Amino acid sequence: MGILFEDGNFGLFRDGFLRTVELSAASAVLALLLGVLLAAFRVSPVPVLRTFATVWIEIFRNTPLTLLFFAVTFGLPRVDVHLSAFVCAVLALGCYTASFVCEVLRSGINTVPLGQAEAARSLGMTFGQTLVQVVLPQAGRAVLGPMSSVFIALPRNSAIAGAFNVAELYSVQQTLSERGYAIFAVFFWIALAYLCVSATVALGFRRLEHRPAVAR
Amino acid sequence: MTARASVLYDVPGPRARARYRAFGVLGALGIAALLWYAVAQLAEHGQFSAQMWAPFEYTAVQQRILDGVRDTLTAFGLAAVLSLVLGVLLAAGRLSDHRPVRWAASGVVEFFRAMPLLIMIFALYQAVFSARPLWALVLGLGLYNGAVQAEIIRGGVNAVPRGQSEAGYALGLRKSQLMATVLVPQAVRAMLPAMIGQLVVTLKDTSLGFVITYTELLYVGKLIAGNTSTPQGYPYIPVVLVIAPIYIALCLALTALARWIESRGRRGTNRRTPAPA
Repeated sequence: MGILFEDGNFGLFRDGFLRTVELSAASAVLALLLGVLLAAFRVSPVPVLRTFATVWIEIFRNTPLTLLFFAVTFGLPRVDVHLSAFVCAVLALGCYTASFVCEVLRSGINTVPLGQAEAARSLGMTFGQTLVQVVLPQAGRAVLGPMSSVFIALPRNSAIAGAFNVAELYSVQQTLSERGYAIFAVFFWIALAYLCVSATVALGFRRLEHRPAVAR
Repeated sequence: MTARASVLYDVPGPRARARYRAFGVLGALGIAALLWYAVAQLAEHGQFSAQMWAPFEYTAVQQRILDGVRDTLTAFGLAAVLSLVLGVLLAAGRLSDHRPVRWAASGVVEFFRAMPLLIMIFALYQAVFSARPLWALVLGLGLYNGAVQAEIIRGGVNAVPRGQSEAGYALGLRKSQLMATVLVPQAVRAMLPAMIGQLVVTLKDTSLGFVITYTELLYVGKLIAGNTSTPQGYPYIPVVLVIAPIYIALCLALTALARWIESRGRRGTNRRTPAPA
């Protein structure tokens, strides 16, 4: 179990851990931005945009993440787009997660009763006011739960990036296993690191959920 | 499609309809431009040249892809069965009356749910199944998805109205009888869409076999691409364009099954719901 503190393994492990955190954070930002944009398309009154978002989501939700990584890593250089492995991983992970974010947002907006928006509009509130003051605060509460499971899954999914040349925790596991350390000892430390990351995300969401807890 | 009022918009009047139409035309033009750009880029780099697509004309390659699909489905089938069996067992453990059993089951479920699948599959592959990647994949998928299925089933059992179990106990059923004849059938029926949704995840995750050199569809694709050299380079993009639709079709078929079962379930419950008093 002490393998982490031998032969400078700790540096390797720490770098991998930081890379995982970095990758997850960057992908989370991309996923949120893209997800909000897609959700806006998805609930817009313009049929063309709605169809576009639906098709996009169906494609990305039903494609295995490994295949996305494969396509980005091996496909993009073929059309002379040369990106670093890290950027490729962020693209694949972000686009994949964005489709889940979009679905969560859309179903959150759909949980707001129609009467709320009608009441707001009959008070003379503009579209922006209705959205910001009435619809989104209510949708936000419904969204937090499912959103937390999307973002807890994100660091877990980021492990696949390790198989595509990003030096994060999975590749640390590979390296240490190849150096001949006991496989389950390596597994123990890597598992612990991932548990820490997802526990942190879960805790953060729980605090967020408690903050706007209002009796309705 | 006729516009309806939503939480965000009123029913559009004539001016709003004209505006939506204008946005629609703009959006369509934008999307068409994007698509055209993508296709033009691909064509410019020779991704649509005959040599790139020639490998798919060989029967051997076609056979290889079919074998890949078969191996993917084999792993999926085994993992699905394992995860469902494990899910039922773990859910039973979490719903047990005995505290140690409950704790053990909760621990197992929480651990495997929080673990990245790839880390687990790789450890299993390295430690136990170096020669049989299929079993590392199946076991990893089964453990992870079993934990998730257990949570789904447990949620379903807890969602059955309490009157059902009270009625069962009043009739003198033991807990196991109550579970088997009253709670689980209702829970499974309510949770079937969610369970099949998780099976779709299982199917997608079989592609992790790629990493441990199990010959599933994606790995086969990489072999095909890597073994074919053309003047424009290796045909990775054609391979992706062939393989991705296969995965998407498989997943959509499973999703369609879930939706069909859901609609059937709704029909059944409606028939049984008594008229409101």
